[in-house]
Amino acid sequence: MAELLRFRADEPADHPGITVDAFLDQPDADAVRIEPGDDARALIPHLARLRLVEVNFPIFGDGRGYSSARILREAGYGGELRAVGDVLVDQIAALRRCGFDGFDPDQPLDPADTEIAFARWSAVYQPAADGRAPIWAARHGETA
Amino acid sequence: MYRYDDYDQAMVDTRVAEFRDQARRRLEGRLSEDQFKPLRLMNGLYLQLHAYMLRVAIPYGTLDARQMRALADIADNYDRGYGHFTTRQNIQYNWIKLEEAANLLADLAKVEMHAIQTSGNCIRNISSDHFAGAAADEVADPRPYAELLRQWSSFHPEFSALPRKFKIAVIASERDRAAMRLHDIGIRIVRRGDALGAQFWVGGGMGRTPMVAPCIREFVPIDQLVTYSEACLRVYNRHGRRDNKFKARIKILVHELGAAEYTRQVEEEFAHLLTLGIEPPAAELARIAAMFDEPLEPAESAAPDRSDPDFALWMDRNTHPHKLPGYISAVISLKPVGGIPGDATADQMRLMADLAERYGNGELRVTHTQNIVLPHVRQAELHGLWSALEPAGLGAANIDTVEDIIACPGLDYCSLANARSIPVAQRIAERFAANGRTAVLGELKLKISGCINACGHHHAGHIGILGVDRKGTENYQLLLGGSEAEDVSLGKITGPGFDETGIVDAVETATKVYLKERDEGERFLDTYRRIGMEPFKAALYG
Ligand code: HEM
Ligand code: SF4
Repeated sequence: MAELLRFRADEPADHPGITVDAFLDQPDADAVRIEPGDDARALIPHLARLRLVEVNFPIFGDGRGYSSARILREAGYGGELRAVGDVLVDQIAALRRCGFDGFDPDQPLDPADTEIAFARWSAVYQPAADGRAPIWAARHGETA
Repeated sequence: MYRYDDYDQAMVDTRVAEFRDQARRRLEGRLSEDQFKPLRLMNGLYLQLHAYMLRVAIPYGTLDARQMRALADIADNYDRGYGHFTTRQNIQYNWIKLEEAANLLADLAKVEMHAIQTSGNCIRNISSDHFAGAAADEVADPRPYAELLRQWSSFHPEFSALPRKFKIAVIASERDRAAMRLHDIGIRIVRRGDALGAQFWVGGGMGRTPMVAPCIREFVPIDQLVTYSEACLRVYNRHGRRDNKFKARIKILVHELGAAEYTRQVEEEFAHLLTLGIEPPAAELARIAAMFDEPLEPAESAAPDRSDPDFALWMDRNTHPHKLPGYISAVISLKPVGGIPGDATADQMRLMADLAERYGNGELRVTHTQNIVLPHVRQAELHGLWSALEPAGLGAANIDTVEDIIACPGLDYCSLANARSIPVAQRIAERFAANGRTAVLGELKLKISGCINACGHHHAGHIGILGVDRKGTENYQLLLGGSEAEDVSLGKITGPGFDETGIVDAVETATKVYLKERDEGERFLDTYRRIGMEPFKAALYG
């Protein structure tokens, strides 16, 4: 497994996520792994006990996980959101914008490329789940 | 016209740097072709039969003289001295080298242009009415709304890997000059009392399963336009099919769920998104709209001298009424008989740029019918404009006639093609130019695609032609009765296909049926709708 890349101060969970069905059955579980076809909203009643949500990208072109992540952040989830699977360096900036703060790709990310990717976009056109103020807010002196 | 501020400029510059880096990693072998493909596609770069093809975005089809000159320079410096204007109001270059693509994008960025999201599974360049801002029948200029959506959709993080490509059109009149209901989302700006709003039509498209979009919301308040769009996209991103590329467009989702259920899901998502404050403020829309609202100098209302019959014909066919007295919109035909529909040489592009400055306000438009519009021409000088077009091969007086054919690149360039489109278009135009029937046929929209993907809008032609592969030889099916205008409909196949000569004859046969059967004032399409397919079949297959 490649090294876990994280943007959080807390300790990572020491166990991987279980399936959504298993999680809903186990009242003490605190880590879950969602697949592209899972409804992220099923987790909303249980956000308080969750500390890790892994969102799996079986292939990088399946973008459902981007919506899953935003939906959880919009619902107030504050634990770790980790992108796992076929996660490539060219996606990580967009993933970060959708609320991911952990990355554990199948193939290791090149550290230099990773740094460039996160630093690249100095501004954004639209609000998302990362709290960045969009360009329109800067233009009109508002905060998002 | 919209002008970039420092923010917009920084975004396109950043994109060039990002692409340069990706291309370098590909050339160094650090990215596989599989990994590079979605990245280059997000920048409009396709691998085709002979070379890379690059598609440049012309947002809502509007550009100025300086930008047109830059496109000409690109044609000279990176291609073979020409470019191809497309049905999506963009321009494509067919002979691009990967090593040079980043430099090309950098040249574009210098004139506030880019190739961002012109291909790939993302929200594509937004199209609009080519007479926007000039047409007498619009309730507002639709382009500020298209620009607002352009910015919202550019690098939208959540929608960077949609099930399939996503095309949006924005218009603002009852007349539809942008095939609005054949887009994934068609938006019509409408007025209710004093308030502007957006009518949403979702789930249209062409391709192998053509569908006409149903209306899912009659009136979205204009200050919720972006939020509603986001709701439409989120439902699609989450639930659009990903198991089969041919069923992945939003039209299939809307069709399978039913428009009512899709709408219910969108409304639910919309109610939620409204609580998040993602809509740009009214001040942003006002900032954008002000840039489209540059006043034109007053022009005297002088009707041009029509004593030259060639000029009078061109004026009748190639102009459109303007909302201001003294002005008129002129359409420059890129359909000379025997030419390649939509192609322009670098010199022609430069000339059109010069003429836009000399006879108008420097603005140009690309139409989805692959022609160029000068939207604001001083009427009194129309004759001068026409006189300059003629010697450059740009004077064809044939807009909306059988010679004004839409054709996709087909087998001459496209790796997906079954058959050639361009030569068929050339033969048909030559046939009617020679038999002199173009004029009597009046409005007749003929559209040709080289395969089922329908890039040439064949479903929406009054007469459509579809190239198919029949046991290894090129074969052409004939369709009748399509329209992409406000009277939208999908054409129906007449019967067995034809070979290249046969299809040209078949088109002529169909027009003869029309000439024989038509009532006073009827267009080809009207006659077809009245008398149905049978008389055409009888004539075609006897
Ligand atoms: C030469 C390279 C091209 C390739 C590989 C290509 C590929 C495709 C494919 C695969 C589709 C079907 C998409 C679907 O049904 O989901 C399609 C549709 C379309 N393409 Fe192209 N195309 C090319 C060039 C063009 C050009 C030159 C134009 C404009 C003249 C164009 C305009 C369109 C349009 C309008 C559609 C129909 C949109 C719809 O399905 O709603 N394409 N193209
Ligand atoms: S319709 Fe087919 S042949 Fe024509 S450009 Fe599109 S994909 Fe190529």
